[in-house]
Amino acid sequence: MPCDQTQTQLHGYLDGELDALSAANFEKHLETCPGCKQILAAEESLHRSIQQAGLYERAPQSLRTSLLGNSKQQAAVRSFPGARLSPWRWLAVAAVLLLAVFIGWRQLQSGRGPGNAQLMAASFVDAHLRSLQPGHLTDVQSTDQHTVKPWFDGRIDFAPPVRDFANEGFPLVGGRLDVAGGKTVAALVYSRRKHIINVFVETAPSESYWNGSGESQGYHWLTWQQNGFSFCAVSDVAPADLAQLEQLFLTQ
Amino acid sequence: MLEGEDRARFEATVLPHLDAAFNLARWLLRNRTDAEDVTQDAVFRAFRAFGTYRSGNARAWLLQIVRNTCFTWLRQNRMAAEFMEFDETTMPQESENPETLALAGSDREQLTRALESLPESFREILVLRELEGCSYKEIAEITSRPIGTVMSALARGRAQLRNSLSQPASKEARRAV
Repeated sequence: MPCDQTQTQLHGYLDGELDALSAANFEKHLETCPGCKQILAAEESLHRSIQQAGLYERAPQSLRTSLLGNSKQQAAVRSFPGARLSPWRWLAVAAVLLLAVFIGWRQLQSGRGPGNAQLMAASFVDAHLRSLQPGHLTDVQSTDQHTVKPWFDGRIDFAPPVRDFANEGFPLVGGRLDVAGGKTVAALVYSRRKHIINVFVETAPSESYWNGSGESQGYHWLTWQQNGFSFCAVSDVAPADLAQLEQLFLTQ
Repeated sequence: MLEGEDRARFEATVLPHLDAAFNLARWLLRNRTDAEDVTQDAVFRAFRAFGTYRSGNARAWLLQIVRNTCFTWLRQNRMAAEFMEFDETTMPQESENPETLALAGSDREQLTRALESLPESFREILVLRELEGCSYKEIAEITSRPIGTVMSALARGRAQLRNSLSQPASKEARRAV
């Protein structure tokens, strides 16, 4: 039985992109449609082969070095044999070199270069791990932002923005004080489908901004700034969930 | 021009996605050496355009630039590429990548060929979904296509991939000659 309509649904189902209702409907359809069932099995098997084949190709070290690493100039020149370069590409090389030199200079100037962002992230991930040990998660346990926010009064020298996003799927669990990167920070605890998210808040003078996202020890982290505060969210949820939480903070 | 803070922000926001950028370029260009050049070029373009980036999905933003840079490169080199299409020596050179050597296996080789033989429009979407793990929404953003088109391209690309994997190897070889 040809079922064109379910063909695209099948892929949405396979990729976990269907909403709960559509997924349930599709599962119901599967029970009565051997054709779709067969295709789904074939697609699942293809997906597994692709995942197991290790087709992902990471950037070669030479590229990374020429963009980031030490002895940047030499590496960049090496990876650009003159014969293959048109004149406008030399402009690109010059700019990349400039960037590389600037990055190096900046690292010397300020303590918080890219390596330092990694260090900062690592200290927040460590704080996240500590918080997951029994009895360490919250100093004040409440889903009410009006209980959590005043709790910080007098305990830390700023008033962190505390909001509950229960309606958006990120219920507030509580708050606590923590230490990360040698500073006392406010930690706001959220839950997301049984996972714990720590949002660390500190006051951030503009020269010490560090930004980005990444993964460390299997945990994702994402940072952003708003109203003079610097935020770092850490969790084992998907990066997309952290990004959604960031948007909630930024828009509310 | 970018101020100092923006530069640091670029390096912390965009450069963590260098692997993603390279992987996409490698599969679009079907060649690691070209991918390295084009990725570097794309990062430079991203750097120049960083003033227009404020917040949001940095990976999708960078991949969009990488994709456009790849297609520009492919257009410029199309004549040469079409000529080389019939040259057996353009078959993936596994020895270029030491990681590849360790993983050498018939599955990987067969999948690589099958994926590389897909039309670009299917290939990029499959790479973004299967290798990069992008959501449909991200793929739509990166490729500037409606989500519906992304979904149908995924369905057709996967069907074509399954089809070419089920072909006997000899037939594939004959096609390459």
